[in-house]
Amino acid sequence: MSSVTLKVNGRTHTLDVEPATPLLYVLRNDLGLQGPRFGCGLGQCGACKVIINGTAIPSCVMPVSAVKSEITTLEGLATKGKLHPLQQAWIDEQVPQCGFCQNGQIMTAKVLLDKIPHPTDRQIREAMNGTLCRCMSYYRVQTAIKRASKTIAGISPVSDKAVVA
Amino acid sequence: MSAGSTIPKHIEEVLATHRRGFLKSAGLLIASFGGWAPLANAEEPGPYPNPDFRQIDSWIVIHENNTATFYVGKTDPGQGTGTGFRQLMSDELDIAFDKTTCIMGSTDITVDQIGSGGSTAMERDSWPMRRVAAEARRVLLEMASVPLGVPADQLTVTDAVITSKADASKRVTYGELIAGKKFNVTLTGTNVTSVTGKAKTKSVPELKYTGQPLHRDDIPGKVDGSLKWAVDVKLPGMVHARNVKPPFACAKLTAIDESSVKSLPGFIKVMSKGNYVAVVCDREEQAIRAARQLKTTWEKPSTAPFPASEKLFDYMRATAPIAAPRAAGNADAETRNPVGGPIVVGNPDAFFSSAPKVLEAEYQIPFQGHTAFAGAHATADPSNGQMTIYSNDMKSYGMRRCVAAFLGMPEDRVRVVWMQGPQGFGRSAAEDAACEAAWIAHELGRPVRVQWMRDEETAWDAKSPAFLVKMRGALDGDGRLAAYDYRARSCDYNHLGYNEPDTVLIAQLMGARRERPAAGSASMPSDMYAIPHRKMAGEVVGLPAIWETPLRTGNLRDPNGPQPTFATESFIDEMAAAAKTDPLEFRLNLIKGVVNDDGGFRRARSIAVLKAAGEAFGWDARPSPKRRDTGDILKGRGAAYSFRGQTVVAQIAEVEVNRKTGHVWAKRLVCAHDCGLVINPESLRRTIECGTLHGLSRALHEEVQFNTEKVTSLDWVSHPTLRHADIPERIDVVLVNGDPNPKRPDLPPYGAGEATLKPMLAAIGNAIYDATGVRIRRVPFRDDRVLAALKAAGV
Repeated sequence: MSSVTLKVNGRTHTLDVEPATPLLYVLRNDLGLQGPRFGCGLGQCGACKVIINGTAIPSCVMPVSAVKSEITTLEGLATKGKLHPLQQAWIDEQVPQCGFCQNGQIMTAKVLLDKIPHPTDRQIREAMNGTLCRCMSYYRVQTAIKRASKTIAGISPVSDKAVVA
Repeated sequence: MSAGSTIPKHIEEVLATHRRGFLKSAGLLIASFGGWAPLANAEEPGPYPNPDFRQIDSWIVIHENNTATFYVGKTDPGQGTGTGFRQLMSDELDIAFDKTTCIMGSTDITVDQIGSGGSTAMERDSWPMRRVAAEARRVLLEMASVPLGVPADQLTVTDAVITSKADASKRVTYGELIAGKKFNVTLTGTNVTSVTGKAKTKSVPELKYTGQPLHRDDIPGKVDGSLKWAVDVKLPGMVHARNVKPPFACAKLTAIDESSVKSLPGFIKVMSKGNYVAVVCDREEQAIRAARQLKTTWEKPSTAPFPASEKLFDYMRATAPIAAPRAAGNADAETRNPVGGPIVVGNPDAFFSSAPKVLEAEYQIPFQGHTAFAGAHATADPSNGQMTIYSNDMKSYGMRRCVAAFLGMPEDRVRVVWMQGPQGFGRSAAEDAACEAAWIAHELGRPVRVQWMRDEETAWDAKSPAFLVKMRGALDGDGRLAAYDYRARSCDYNHLGYNEPDTVLIAQLMGARRERPAAGSASMPSDMYAIPHRKMAGEVVGLPAIWETPLRTGNLRDPNGPQPTFATESFIDEMAAAAKTDPLEFRLNLIKGVVNDDGGFRRARSIAVLKAAGEAFGWDARPSPKRRDTGDILKGRGAAYSFRGQTVVAQIAEVEVNRKTGHVWAKRLVCAHDCGLVINPESLRRTIECGTLHGLSRALHEEVQFNTEKVTSLDWVSHPTLRHADIPERIDVVLVNGDPNPKRPDLPPYGAGEATLKPMLAAIGNAIYDATGVRIRRVPFRDDRVLAALKAAGV
């Protein structure tokens, strides 16, 4: 065991863990941040993604000791109690089925929109291609990314239906 | 009112109040909507008897602040059924939808409605909920008549407030009448499905929330990270276990070298019985490392457990079918057609022998896996001599019985708390993981969390059976399909039921054996066309290895539906091409002649659905194949149609086939769908979109591969699935709701989800044929397979 310091969602934590421990287990089991989830442990599916230095990284294959910059998890996307426009778009579009992969979908989309505020369909497909969904919510994920892109630009998307709740 | 991003505060308060009630009495760990309160010590140790389905109080609790909590024995694998139940029950109870919440699938607090499966949520299991809610409303009106001094039939109710029709100042709320008290009303009915009170349910026009696109209540917590899933459960003193799977099928464990892991950090114990091995450690990553590092020695079986995947269909062709019928008492019998036949109509043999031209074709569908997203997982808590399982398995009640039987515990000392999890498409490995967690927890005497790794899940989960289907057909002199012969052979001898204590993987590995496994089936296709002479038969073949094999079959979303439908709906296209007739028109002509299905009920809806799909797509009537494009990208379109129960589905795909690479892209998809009464059109559209794409994934990518000793599909590279890059530019979902017959406006809901899986494989194959003129009778249509077929045909 050794002492590791992590800054996550604006808070600094010092923990006593094996340096080789994948970041995922530290986030989930030590810090109680369970937005990132185990999907494959191989960096193939994206369910465990977190944002480090503006990149969506699979935390399942990232040793905790290798993390030198601040980490943002799904729980850290909302600001002052207000959801990130992507999260709101996910609700407006009713994206998830089971929802287990959606952490990775949202975190990958966040990085995409930070880099390319108005992506083309092709850019969305390419940027999101490594983030899998076994319920096949892909089409709606892509729709929600386009909606969020408009919201962020200040163009309020026109709702195509009256929603009651 | 617009949907908020969080659960309304008053609902959260209701839940919190209610949770405290549970926590006191049952020690329940509550895990939804951001609330999270693991209990160190359950104050009451159980037992956990079944809630009585004949009591209104088991289904509905009304609170002081005039809100309601519904308790239903279903689980929601992600299609939004929980919100749908709230819509229906709010309507019947006459309470505002946003003043209600719904708790699902935990065996000690919700009645046993099995859980989910077979797309029965709305079709079958919403009815008792509706009847109970209607009865609760009736009882409340009767109760109100006393303090108000007004006969019940002179009272009316809006949003849980009862008023006198004559004098609106005479009012009382549901909460004032019943909160803190019990209904104590006994319902009638022999079982949970037939349970009823005296009240009648409302007619469709009286339903206010039903039919509205209300937002699902589980989605906010799924996108802000606050929802707690089965995989998130943490209990005091909990340890982590990981399995060490046999390195090949039917392997016999001969030695474990515990010294290989003893000095690893966090090591607690190696658990083993028979051929089952797991390692337990303090921390999760420690258990993963130790399970990988544990040295074990295994003996190979004397004969190969199965042929290699590239020889599978040769094997299936050459192997004698199993004579035994499917075992009686299979819990899932209702979702699968029997092995059968032959079903014979007319005189097919005579027609074939005299027909001028007989078309024959053989279709092949490999094993396809569940490959749920996370590894299968469960947490088991043996505190107080009970056993509590936290699981996402869709059939929590069956799991309770299974765990009790497997551990030899009385059922009322076991409970299963259902929580959200990845997928729930049938007989997943969730129940295998639950029995493993339960056994280890039972042995160790402390809470244990088990999760399968990716390679375990992909290799060892239950598989959808491989099918080999032989089709024959002949046209009459007018170009109509006059004779048709369907012969299916499925590789499905060891078909797993749900939650069987002697067939879950740990039981098999520990040596449990049934005298004979429950044979699966080679389903019949949807019998939907008027063909004067036809014969349909199904038979089952087995693999040499039956037990302790990763090639174990089980129900996967629309069990044994996509396979027969790939064959039959491709073959119908082949016959249409032979008749030089437009394939949609060819189908419509065959359906128009159907007379024996419920007085034409399904026929009328089938015609409407096929036409709706064609209209939405902009279908130009012409025979397939089309004149081939000259560039590298060959474009075409294909249709397929099917039904499941009373749900009718037609799908049309427009594809682009790359002549140089063999890559197939479905550029556009249309799905026209009629499942009767629509409870929530937005949830339904999402379910259809995703189900249709699941069909596309099975058409393009999914195939379990293996050599003669083990499954070699182990991850997302060796067992690919659909990805973002595969997604069509456009998907149109057409809800062809209701009944074209105006005499039946009050159509009930039918199962929606699984029906969408059936036609897509054939729709893609038909579109590839339309584009290229090449018929590929083997899924998945992976690049290399398509390219080889194009080359062989000189395209």
